[in-house]
Amino acid sequence: MRHIELVDKENHQPMKPNHWRFGALLAVVALVLAACGSSGSSSAKSSSKAPTFAAGSTMDAIQKKGKLIVGTKFDQPLFGLKSATSGKVEGFDVDIAREMAKGIFGDASDIDSKIQLVETVSKNREAFIQNGTVDIVVATYTVNDTRKQVVDFAGPYFLAHEDIMVKKDDSTIKSVTDLNGKKVCSAQGSTSIKNLMAKAPQADTSITFDTYSQCADAMGDGRVQAVVTDNAILAGLVKNSDGKYKVLNAPFSDEPYGIGLKKGDTALRGFLNDTLDKIEKDGTWKKLFTSTVASGGVETPTPPAPIRY
Amino acid sequence: MNIVLSHLGDYAHGMEQTVVLTLVSYLGAFVIGLAVASCRVSPVPPLRAIGTLYVDIVRNVPLLVQFFIFFFGLTKVGIQFAPFTTAIIVLSMYHGAFVGEVVRAGINTVDKGQIDAARALGFTFPAVLVQLVLPQAIRSVVQPLGNVFIALIKNSSVAYFISVVELLGTADRLNTETAQGIPVFIGAAVGYLILALSSAYVLRQMEKRLAVVR
Repeated sequence: MRHIELVDKENHQPMKPNHWRFGALLAVVALVLAACGSSGSSSAKSSSKAPTFAAGSTMDAIQKKGKLIVGTKFDQPLFGLKSATSGKVEGFDVDIAREMAKGIFGDASDIDSKIQLVETVSKNREAFIQNGTVDIVVATYTVNDTRKQVVDFAGPYFLAHEDIMVKKDDSTIKSVTDLNGKKVCSAQGSTSIKNLMAKAPQADTSITFDTYSQCADAMGDGRVQAVVTDNAILAGLVKNSDGKYKVLNAPFSDEPYGIGLKKGDTALRGFLNDTLDKIEKDGTWKKLFTSTVASGGVETPTPPAPIRY
Repeated sequence: MNIVLSHLGDYAHGMEQTVVLTLVSYLGAFVIGLAVASCRVSPVPPLRAIGTLYVDIVRNVPLLVQFFIFFFGLTKVGIQFAPFTTAIIVLSMYHGAFVGEVVRAGINTVDKGQIDAARALGFTFPAVLVQLVLPQAIRSVVQPLGNVFIALIKNSSVAYFISVVELLGTADRLNTETAQGIPVFIGAAVGYLILALSSAYVLRQMEKRLAVVR
């Protein structure tokens, strides 16, 4: 029988004194670093113009923390798209998030340093809100009753409609009912598939991906004949397609975009709604929309009034 | 947890897909693995090089990347497979590299004297391999082959990224419908545990029967 040495003798030697000294040095370094870290954050005092909030409210906590953590999409042209060159995330959702941050920290010039953007995809938005990874989610996030059972929504700040994107030379698909028997792609975790099945029950929705850009790729490859999701998202995809795709402009559902937040945080929801109200009334909303979503060919609508439920 | 109990049918369907994906892919991986291991111990240098190259590339590129290359990349050069077929090809190839290395380890346990004896008796190299070496080699690596099988059960979930709705995909779709991610994914975890633990039991029985007693 083969004898196997189970114990590594070297590791069973007691730690030598110089090991102890090294360990102590490490501990000191860690302590110094920790001290620097905490003093660093406390020195970043909120700006003088910052409003004050009731102690214990989420706004107060965010202000003290010095950062508003926002979940947004990084791959959504016009709403939240991470630029490959600058590394900055830009779009309407990011702009809305910035306005919310201004409401908390005051209109400081370094406002962007007080926003931490975290990438969320359609399917992890509820989880990120529930486990506190993010303070709010501004990510083309449709308000619906299922989601309202687990998170709360401020807004809506935009009313999108689901529409259909096809290849430019496709003339067989003209409205949602033409999708019966066709292969249609939408993103995993979005509401589009459910809405589509209600209108075109024979549509083949077996192809789904993480992101809409993969759906667009799959259509280019001929795996699917159409992509369905919100018109504003499709506008961004068309804009990036070099004229290969088109949107039919045949809307088949209403998609109110809201700001997701932790369920039951009425104070935060009220604050976000107030801030949305303010930017919609003072023209900021229109300015932001025109410079982002409207550039993709979507008309600038009247902003929807926040619903206070 | 009610959400899981009320969708047991969906989970069962997802598990069925996972099982089919795993079994078919493992069969493919086993065939590829035997071929790769045979190449790597072959006396023909080009075959050895091919075997080594295969293992070096396929084993060291992340599975998800291989999925995307096969699904989106091959289409660009005019080759297109359905998602399920793509999944079986990629899973077989990927785990084939691991099976190959396991079998090669098994081959190294076969006493060299036996091989010399067989060669001296006039057996060709393929005959030595198929009749003498591989049967012994496989029997001595039943346990690590089982490890690859269990890894394959879990790795099959990556197929969801090219829209094969297996167990993870089922959970993800339920998450969309119900927005209750945590119970829904725990349900999927339980599903994978059931599959992996029952496989482990079967593998243990096989090991008892097949493993070489030394």
